[in-house]
Amino acid sequence: MAASAGATVVLPARGLRADLSAIWVVWKRELITSFRNRWRLVMALVQPLLFLFVLGNGLQTVASGSIGGFSFKTFLFPGVLATAVFMPALFSAGSIVFDREFGFMREMMVAPIRRSSIVIGKCLGGATVASVQGVLVLALAGAAHVPYDIPMLLALLGEMLLLSTALVAFGTMLAAGITQFMSFQALMQTVMFPLVFLSGTLFPQSGLPGWLEVVTKLDPLSYAVDPLRRTVFNAVDAPDSVRSVLDPGIHWWGWAVPMGLELAIVAATGLLMLAIAVWRFERIE
Amino acid sequence: MNDHLSYDPDAAVSARGLVKRYGDIEAVAGVDFDVARGETFGFLGPNGAGKSTTIKMLCTLVDPTAGGARVAGHEVASERLEVRRRIGLVFQDSTLDGYLTAEENLSFHAQLYGMPRATTAARIDDVLEIVALTDRRGDRVLTFSGGMKRRLEIARGLLHAPQVLFLDEPTIGLDPQTRASIWEYVADLKRREDVTIFLTTHYMDEAEQCDRIAIMDAGKVLVVDTPAALKDGVGADRVRIATHDDEAAIVALREKFDLEAAIHEGEVTFHVRDGEQFVPRLFAELGIGIRSVAVARPSLDDVFMSWTGRTIRDTEAADPRRAMARMMGPR
Repeated sequence: MAASAGATVVLPARGLRADLSAIWVVWKRELITSFRNRWRLVMALVQPLLFLFVLGNGLQTVASGSIGGFSFKTFLFPGVLATAVFMPALFSAGSIVFDREFGFMREMMVAPIRRSSIVIGKCLGGATVASVQGVLVLALAGAAHVPYDIPMLLALLGEMLLLSTALVAFGTMLAAGITQFMSFQALMQTVMFPLVFLSGTLFPQSGLPGWLEVVTKLDPLSYAVDPLRRTVFNAVDAPDSVRSVLDPGIHWWGWAVPMGLELAIVAATGLLMLAIAVWRFERIE
Repeated sequence: MNDHLSYDPDAAVSARGLVKRYGDIEAVAGVDFDVARGETFGFLGPNGAGKSTTIKMLCTLVDPTAGGARVAGHEVASERLEVRRRIGLVFQDSTLDGYLTAEENLSFHAQLYGMPRATTAARIDDVLEIVALTDRRGDRVLTFSGGMKRRLEIARGLLHAPQVLFLDEPTIGLDPQTRASIWEYVADLKRREDVTIFLTTHYMDEAEQCDRIAIMDAGKVLVVDTPAALKDGVGADRVRIATHDDEAAIVALREKFDLEAAIHEGEVTFHVRDGEQFVPRLFAELGIGIRSVAVARPSLDDVFMSWTGRTIRDTEAADPRRAMARMMGPR
């Protein structure tokens, strides 16, 4: 030590403070670069808006047999919130691959900090960006006949934050082993559609054939969409007959899974994926 | 770990028996050297000589297979973070974020390295001034030229006041004017900052700028000395001739003058003492038509040749892709 330290040299900080500072700066950079890339924000809005207005109006006629005059858009709205955070969350995770391909990842990897700080900062940053996108869609609640009820909006926001954090962790876990952005995009397409279609995002999970019902219960995304939907239905006037069709909840062998447990499942899955992501990151040279 | 290795305690960088194997390939085959504090130390060698692998071991990016190294007083394998806090790195490829401005790239780095907030702003001003990018500080890096990006990377490498700054091929891919200007900035920062510089290059003229050079080839350090001492060691001038029959000329040089010649870069090349006095004899006695003659004082090229038997360009010509890159790129 004595041999190396010059009188004027101020060594960088170390320990917890350094790691927290690293998380903070990685988070901040994620926000700056995301919001600077306006097209990325606009593109991420296209899909949820298509779902809400095109699919919502298009399926109204088909659905009216079982739900009467109730708006199918109201049903779709919570699912659309999930898709609104889905794209930006995975895109944010994908930017890790992008950073690797274009070198910036190295700047972070050689810094005197724990790799977990990079992963956590990245996940929180991606979750923040995704939730902001979610809020933009949330602002359209009125168009889906969902009231602007403050407690409901806050609950939805919290649920979206949780979902986006878990999604970025999921994407980061996958991205850790991938060196080319094209491969990541292809992988995302492959995993995204089954996850979304099986989660009750776009159609009600009541009256499904037995095998399909089982598969939807294995999709972790189901446990993120269901609380969103319950939160919305708790705030709108829906006849019981309609609610039993559109918002049946998730049942395990006849037992209605409570919302708290659903959220806990999402959080636990997210944490597990975050742990795997960190583990994989620590092994990158 | 590695307490048994006899590091030089005063050195900024001290390597002992450093080895890196990838499967059967020995990229670095046991190297020893010491870099004094404040020195500019160059690793000179062709592509694939093991320079980058050595630098990666010193920067804690790759673990040595055997042997060890101390950088700024800390063991690279077992005290990774301690080493990283004391070094600055500039890689061959850009590691800047194009969406951020020059200043944002620097302040990101400052926070990542846990620099005290109070001193960061002034330090950013200083390093931007060293590389003359003060007036572009608010511009996004996407809009920068290759030379500006490299300068910004050097500024960033210096930002946290490292004890050792590693520059891995700092001017690769830049045009000659830009390369020269990068060296002016490096010389300037040496005057202003108390920093040891460790660089790799395969450009001879850049190696000349170093206080000492290690010549590396095929994973081994062949010699370490000052550029002047290395050139003196060669002793002989380099003579290059174009003849009507190169093969016959090589034979004739061996038989009549006892000189070993070989074809390098398309010309018969050999070394001889007092080359200028030798030329008249050559014309008189060779017996083969000579179209042109060039005599040169020993350069680092000759040093490299005398140690490895080939010029750096020969080694690159064996790899057509590199040769093409050289033709299109600088020089």
